[in-house]
Amino acid sequence: MKMISAVIKHFRLDEVRKALTEIGVQGMTVIEVKGFGRQKGHLEVYRGVEYEVQFLPKVKIEVAVTEDKLEDVVNAIQEAARTGEIGDGKIFIYNLQDVVRIRTGERGREAI
Amino acid sequence: MMNTRVLKGITVFLPVMLLMLSNSAFAADAAKVDPGDTAWILVSAALVMLMTPGLALFYGGMVRRKNVLGTIMHSFIAIAVISIQWVLIGYTLSFGPDIKGIIGGLDWIGLKGVGVAPSDYAPTVPHLAFMIYQAMFAVITPALISGAFAERMKFSAYVIFILLWSTFVYDPVAHWIWGGGWLGSLGVLDFAGGIVVHVTSGISALAAALIIGRRKGYLVEQMTPHNLPMTVLGAGLLWFGWFGFNAGSALSSGELSTVAFVTTHTAAVAATLTWMIIEWIHHGKPTMFGAATGAIAGLATITPAAGFVSPMAALIIGVAAGLFCYTALNAKTKLGYDDSLDAFGVHGVGGAIGTISAGLFASLAINSGGANGLFYGNANQFFVQLGGVAFVAVYSFVVSVVLLKIIDFVVGLRVREEEEIQGLDVTQHGEEGYFF
Repeated sequence: MKMISAVIKHFRLDEVRKALTEIGVQGMTVIEVKGFGRQKGHLEVYRGVEYEVQFLPKVKIEVAVTEDKLEDVVNAIQEAARTGEIGDGKIFIYNLQDVVRIRTGERGREAI
Repeated sequence: MMNTRVLKGITVFLPVMLLMLSNSAFAADAAKVDPGDTAWILVSAALVMLMTPGLALFYGGMVRRKNVLGTIMHSFIAIAVISIQWVLIGYTLSFGPDIKGIIGGLDWIGLKGVGVAPSDYAPTVPHLAFMIYQAMFAVITPALISGAFAERMKFSAYVIFILLWSTFVYDPVAHWIWGGGWLGSLGVLDFAGGIVVHVTSGISALAAALIIGRRKGYLVEQMTPHNLPMTVLGAGLLWFGWFGFNAGSALSSGELSTVAFVTTHTAAVAATLTWMIIEWIHHGKPTMFGAATGAIAGLATITPAAGFVSPMAALIIGVAAGLFCYTALNAKTKLGYDDSLDAFGVHGVGGAIGTISAGLFASLAINSGGANGLFYGNANQFFVQLGGVAFVAVYSFVVSVVLLKIIDFVVGLRVREEEEIQGLDVTQHGEEGYFF
């Protein structure tokens, strides 16, 4: 099992969710995050006081998948989140040790 | 058909007839009270009252989220503290029978003798109506200062400060200009409080910013406004209330209040647009925060001139407000003092510019009770205005410094460093503005 964690642009979130449900993904977690990458920050001016905004807001989605679905899911996210501009984000993939469905106590693949 | 029409007629005419009866009954009691004027003054008092919660939101949106309630509290509690000070002693010090042009006598302490019969200040409205209208001015003035020491002042010290400041700065200056005191006798024109409200509070704000010192992390940490829509809502309420502030200062309902209403709005929009254009050129983008600040600068600046100048003069005064206040705000970071929410840059500078402008643009054709300014052949008025601003500025600065030093010595002005980091909401008030 793998955990996919992707940092994407806000306005691509709906496309990504659609793409994932189309290939049968049954759940995901969304978190509002801030950070920096190759995309530069920008300048904000409040009553003449300038602030360099270094951390830009993004959304991070997390999806747990079985190995056989990994490539499909990664491709779906990449295609749906991509605009071709700097700042489209990144996809991280981790090994997932175990999963527990709280309601039934099922473990592993059954619980995803 | 007929019956319903008759019924309708009765329901319309009966209240009108009763109203006419009650009017004539009152007319017999107090011949001089004008119901139209009284209605306008009472509505204006309510409008000016709303400005202080408006100011609370205007300032509240500009601070960091950990200080939102502490900042709003500064304005809100001024309503209670200063209203009580006013009915007990403030009104009589400001408007009580004059003592040598310096201060009002204690004859009206606790509103003794202040009743429903009109006073000399406003001959067509009950004395109590004039008193409560003036109370709202006394309330908002110290609240304006709170922008200078936002995010770092101890609440107990704040309450003591506004109480003393009202008694030793606001009340005497209000007397000098409006209460039959020496500046009014010299001919200083201040229609609705350019000197009494904005110069006193703005200059005292500068004194306070210098004495309390910068916020921890000023110009190093990011101190962006946490909720600008809140600030814009506050600006809107201030603008709305300002019609009561300026047009109400005619103390009657009619020609003069209309002129002041129109000049007020004209200056506000001129300053809004001026601010936006300069900022667009200077910093590359027209900001909402800038537009809201420009509106307030225009309103503060037209205040002393509102009932003395023409709408076209108000347009020019509004443009001047935008230019001067914008420059003052942008100079602040270079000069290094931390007037956190620009109480000095907007109110001090605006009040002074407006009062001096009245010395240029005032016209007897607009208000026969005023004077002609420099542009209408009376250069003397310009110097009278300049002198009035200068004297009150020095007086406000010196007395504020003395009061703040005393309070600092006795209870301490500033919260402890760890309290400043944690925020005023939790450390001063034990509550938080937001839970999410």
